[in-house]
Amino acid sequence: MRSALTPLELRRPASVDEALRMMRDEALQPIAGCTDVYVGLNFGTLATQRFIDLDRLDALRTIDASGDTLSIGALATYTSIMEHAAVRERLPMLVSAASQIGGLQIQNRGTLGGNVANGSPAGDALPVLAVAEATIVLRSAEAERRVPFTTFYTGYRASVMRPDELIVALEIPRVHGRQWFRKVGTRAAQAISKLVAAGVRNDAPRIAMGSVAATTVRLPRTEAALATPDGLDAALIALREEISPIDDIRSTGDYRRDVAANLVRRFWTDTA
Amino acid sequence: MRFTLNGAATEVAAHPMSRLLDVLREECNLTGTKEGCGEGECGACTVLIDGVPVVSCLVPVAQAEGHEVTTIEGLGDDHPLQHHFMNEAGAQCGICTPGMVLVASTIPADASLDDIRVALAGNLCRCTGYEAIYRAIMKAREATA
Repeated sequence: MRSALTPLELRRPASVDEALRMMRDEALQPIAGCTDVYVGLNFGTLATQRFIDLDRLDALRTIDASGDTLSIGALATYTSIMEHAAVRERLPMLVSAASQIGGLQIQNRGTLGGNVANGSPAGDALPVLAVAEATIVLRSAEAERRVPFTTFYTGYRASVMRPDELIVALEIPRVHGRQWFRKVGTRAAQAISKLVAAGVRNDAPRIAMGSVAATTVRLPRTEAALATPDGLDAALIALREEISPIDDIRSTGDYRRDVAANLVRRFWTDTA
Repeated sequence: MRFTLNGAATEVAAHPMSRLLDVLREECNLTGTKEGCGEGECGACTVLIDGVPVVSCLVPVAQAEGHEVTTIEGLGDDHPLQHHFMNEAGAQCGICTPGMVLVASTIPADASLDDIRVALAGNLCRCTGYEAIYRAIMKAREATA
């Protein structure tokens, strides 16, 4: 790997409390499945040198579906999400997203909390969390707080999370209506999304997209238009005002505008 | 750091943030694990940790501590998959082969061809076009059924 190892430091707490104390006392970058962080280290593009390994914090791997709120621990892997009977039943769009992230080896290591913390606008699970109206549970050595997913990001890879906080869980209320997920990439597996979208079809339809703005976005005007008698036609007009896709290494803004419209159309016909 | 490597207790002196891939190749002298892309895309560096396929280019060796690591060498030199890959010409340059074989070794016996394709979606081969690889895996399963 291109990053020099010598200056790197790794703390290895055995409990969540120990991890939070370490994060209170020094600036540390959390690592868990390492499927994003080690790409940066391998290419020598990550300036961070002090890390904290969450791998031993098994308390954060739990998926709890005993109540009305589905609670998915931050360290739950995509594989554990796909295999969990209650997640399959209650949140099939998340299972669909998990099954299209990377290949088997990435699904076995990558975590839902990591997808949120990494904050890529192309994060595949993020549109699902947006339309599921998930809550992010943040904990520091001092306190725990809950932030609605839709207010978590403040800009490109920026969020309201403080450096001494950890994402400990994602809480997802019951979702009523038909769930839908669609990823558009160069290949069905192992490709970072050109666009990614999730939707819920009910009386108040919800849709969210990734890679059409600096963060994953809910599309409230498109949603409101979908709920009117004009439905789809009105939504496609609203959509153009609501997204701001850019040209980058994976696609162009023009392509993304066209595909975003196709995705809204697809959402509406698939869930009709 | 201590872990179990191909069934034997192992201790390594590497930096805890070293890639498991580098420790296996350079400190443990097990060069069957290949580096392809170095970014978790190609699957060439696949190893099993506690029986689960992972890409060793994205695993800090610290996270192997206390676990069981299996590399291609751990399957021995007379594995049915090895013979079927040879017989079906499921390898050309061979860089993807250790990862392909390790993932194949974890595929359940009742998996369909589609299941095999999905399981191998994280293993890229630029030589064979995959058909020979799928055939080798299907034949190995028929032989053990």
